[in-house]
Amino acid sequence: MTIAQHAPAAAWRGFYAGRWQHHIDVSSFIQENYRPYSGGPDFLSGPTERTLALWEKLRSLFNEERLRGIYDADVATPAAITAFAPGYIDRENELIVGLQTDAPLKRSIMPAGGLRMVEAGLKAYGYQPDPLVNRIFTSYRKTHNDAVFDAYPQDALKARRSHIITGLPDAYGRGRIIGDYRRVALYGVDRLIAERQEIKEGLDRQRSTEQVVRDREELAEQSRALQELKQMAASYDYDISGPATTAREAIQWLYFAYLAAAKEQNGAAMSLGRTATFLDIYLERDLEEGTLTETAAQELIDDFVIKLRIIRFLRTPEYDQLFSGDPTWVTEALAGMGSDGGTLASRTSFRYLQTLYNLGPAPEPNLTVLWSPRLPEGFKRFCAQVSLDTSAIQYENDDLIRPVFSDDTAIACCVSAMRVGKDMQFFGARANLAKALLYAINGGRDEISGEQIAPATPALRGEVLDYETVRAAYDRTLDWLAATYVDALNVIHQMHDKYAYERIEMALHDYPVHRFLATGIAGLSVAADSLSAIKHAAVRPVRDRSGLVIDYEIEGEYPAFGNNDPRADEIAVWLVESFMDKIARQPAYRGAEPTLSVLTITSNVVYGKHTGNTPDGRRGGQPFAPGANPMNGRDRHGLISAALSVAKLPYASARDGISLTVTVTPDGLGHNRFEQISNLVGVLDGYTDAGGFHMNVNVLDRATLQDAMANPEKYPQLTIRVSGYAVNFVRLTPEQQRDVISRTFHGAL
Amino acid sequence: MSIGAVHSYDMSIGVDGPGSRFVVFLAGCPLRCLYCHSPDTWQQRNGRPMSVSSVMAEIQRYERFIAVAGGGVTISGGEPLQQHVFTQSLLQACHTRGLHTALDTSGFLGEKANEELLDATDLVLLDIKSFDQATYQQVTQTGHIAPTLRFARRLAERGTPMWIRFVLVPGLTDEPSNINRLADFVGSLRTVERVEVLAFHRLGAHKYANLGLPFPLAEVVPPTGSQVELAREIFRERGLVTY
Repeated sequence: MTIAQHAPAAAWRGFYAGRWQHHIDVSSFIQENYRPYSGGPDFLSGPTERTLALWEKLRSLFNEERLRGIYDADVATPAAITAFAPGYIDRENELIVGLQTDAPLKRSIMPAGGLRMVEAGLKAYGYQPDPLVNRIFTSYRKTHNDAVFDAYPQDALKARRSHIITGLPDAYGRGRIIGDYRRVALYGVDRLIAERQEIKEGLDRQRSTEQVVRDREELAEQSRALQELKQMAASYDYDISGPATTAREAIQWLYFAYLAAAKEQNGAAMSLGRTATFLDIYLERDLEEGTLTETAAQELIDDFVIKLRIIRFLRTPEYDQLFSGDPTWVTEALAGMGSDGGTLASRTSFRYLQTLYNLGPAPEPNLTVLWSPRLPEGFKRFCAQVSLDTSAIQYENDDLIRPVFSDDTAIACCVSAMRVGKDMQFFGARANLAKALLYAINGGRDEISGEQIAPATPALRGEVLDYETVRAAYDRTLDWLAATYVDALNVIHQMHDKYAYERIEMALHDYPVHRFLATGIAGLSVAADSLSAIKHAAVRPVRDRSGLVIDYEIEGEYPAFGNNDPRADEIAVWLVESFMDKIARQPAYRGAEPTLSVLTITSNVVYGKHTGNTPDGRRGGQPFAPGANPMNGRDRHGLISAALSVAKLPYASARDGISLTVTVTPDGLGHNRFEQISNLVGVLDGYTDAGGFHMNVNVLDRATLQDAMANPEKYPQLTIRVSGYAVNFVRLTPEQQRDVISRTFHGAL
Repeated sequence: MSIGAVHSYDMSIGVDGPGSRFVVFLAGCPLRCLYCHSPDTWQQRNGRPMSVSSVMAEIQRYERFIAVAGGGVTISGGEPLQQHVFTQSLLQACHTRGLHTALDTSGFLGEKANEELLDATDLVLLDIKSFDQATYQQVTQTGHIAPTLRFARRLAERGTPMWIRFVLVPGLTDEPSNINRLADFVGSLRTVERVEVLAFHRLGAHKYANLGLPFPLAEVVPPTGSQVELAREIFRERGLVTY
């Protein structure tokens, strides 16, 4: 390898040359320059006085925020990259600067996604919406939300109203798009603008078809957004037109790029990407040049993470109820293995995790370890230790992701893998498979309202439900559901592109970009157990006077999903494969590649609330299990059996991710800390090896949670993981808190 | 083919021997320990009849996981030596497949464990309920300490590794002289790898209620953390690795 010779020589001093110099290709830069680290955490530094003082300033604001719902909002300034004057927490003492608005925790309004969400959010927290903003976004400027409802077909409206499809991003930003924010640090903004213009000029030579016109317009918007990014940085006295020359600059440049996205888009998930080992190259160079110490390196990361922890969006209390707390999903994918067989775990992977000690546990940024049994022992043990101490990290199977995507893949939101800067997705919330089964039994009528939602078919007759008959009817209902669902998504994403386009995020992607249409399912274990009950026990429907089945009586036992029992597990596998097949047959907007996730965050509570009694014996209104979890209490052989059932769900049919949440008490992992760490590493290795995709690990005890419910002020930072996301326990509703507590504790009794 | 009465099975982590373990709970136990947290395993007739091969079929679903995660198979109960023929076949079948094996026993029926059974056992989790005979009888209602002590010496002599378990029950097993003499004895056994002092808990109380039985220790308060640490110190003073 040769040392990079070309300009900008100063910024790239000491870096190994490669394709990355001549093309926008951060992955190539990492490949040529990354430093695998196979040691342990001994080198890490604690927080400095400065870091602690800065964090303390915010902690007092957090308390007020928790009491009031939001800390503050600017009601009159629609968000844009350059809409706000610079803001600081404590200007003299910040190493990395930049806030979404002109003050910390002050939320901005983002009406392009939807004015209703903005006004409802403001009113809920006692703010008066601004009349001028209202006039602009009702008279002169259409919003994404309005446009979607202009074009929704009747079936989509009905499915939405009856909650068989829920959580659609039709009233706010869709999110789950990760710009390659690293590009700004490595190349500087000018080079990126030049690249966009070059691409656009290429399109000038093509005929102006609908697609070409749209692409030209989008590229122009992207260039404009990059210009605004430069202006925004300049307002903080930084010139980011050229590449970063030091680690501090690299972090600052990268953060400005992310911040520009977070200033403009209220995305459901505003993920960061895969930045640690990229930044590590800069940090190690400065350390070698003697311009940085380990303490200073950690301090930079701590400061950066403080900024990521205070990303805020204005949302409604109903939204927070659906998604548990106030999530932003600033997801960072850590470690993993390189295609060359080396580990991408670097010292900075450790430094990111160390922030959970230096600043205390927190849900954001959503630290996600890409796990492989081949990761270095030192890193694996440190991850397990951090899980034991903070419950704040999640794990995803690098050995499944890497071959399908690449070794430069990040996670959007909770479990959605995408090659950084190459893939984007159209986020699609989820369809309720348990409710769909009830529709199949009831001839398309809703089991709660009695309303005809799906096309009318003969309701199932007979005293005992016949498995084959139910399955055939279910298959037809799922055909309708898949078509209705994808139709709704096609409307949403066309309108989002048109009225709330992610200019800066898309400016940081390759052209042309690869698109996924990311659908999802909820209630998998309820549906699978219901079918298992119908197949292996005798299930008698209970009908009301109108013939609507409103309850079920079960005679006999049935095998339940979550016990590593093939009789139940194969039903769940069939459901995933079969629904994915149906989704894949639908026409997708912009030629997107359809995918499926089995993930619900904590919306499993809301989905359950809107679903009547089910044939598995679950009572109407009871929460579903989160993600791909077995139903609470039905997994009777411990965490490993449950995990192995979930591991059977085929990733090939659920490329948008499969989520499992486990809760253990420390005692349930061993009698001393060393063994608890070893055993957790073993479980993660075994689950990954079995093909399990994702695992949230909560290590805590029931008493702590009960105390936190009673005395929230004592636990401002208590973090637990639910389906791909960590939440502040004290910010959950009491109902969600009870759900979390009653959820299986896998502690040994 | 040997048939056993199986109460249930579980995958446990770090608490029934090293690593992630498939734990087979056999039905039937000659003791009636006051603090027993699984009275539903006392009666052998309440177990489900299973052949060795059907248990092995369950184990095979976890074999790969155990190989990657580290761990093995633990035969527990009830008292597994009450069904020593079945237990022996199961241990041997596991050993043939290269699985690490542990036997979780009170040692009261230690004489029933023949050399072949012990050859197929990599680790014995030996629950010594008390060193003092009177207390032993009070705790177990039906047992004597002598067979357990003989079994422990035999295991030490033949080189079988042991983890000694002792359940600390306030007012019942916490007499310091009793613990001291137990610790002296355990310290004399060459193959003891560790001692686990387990705090009495009442989490099995609902099982007594389900069976319509009174829970004899319903009013006994579990020991505090420092009481447990104090008991552990007594073992540590003998140079024993104690948790």
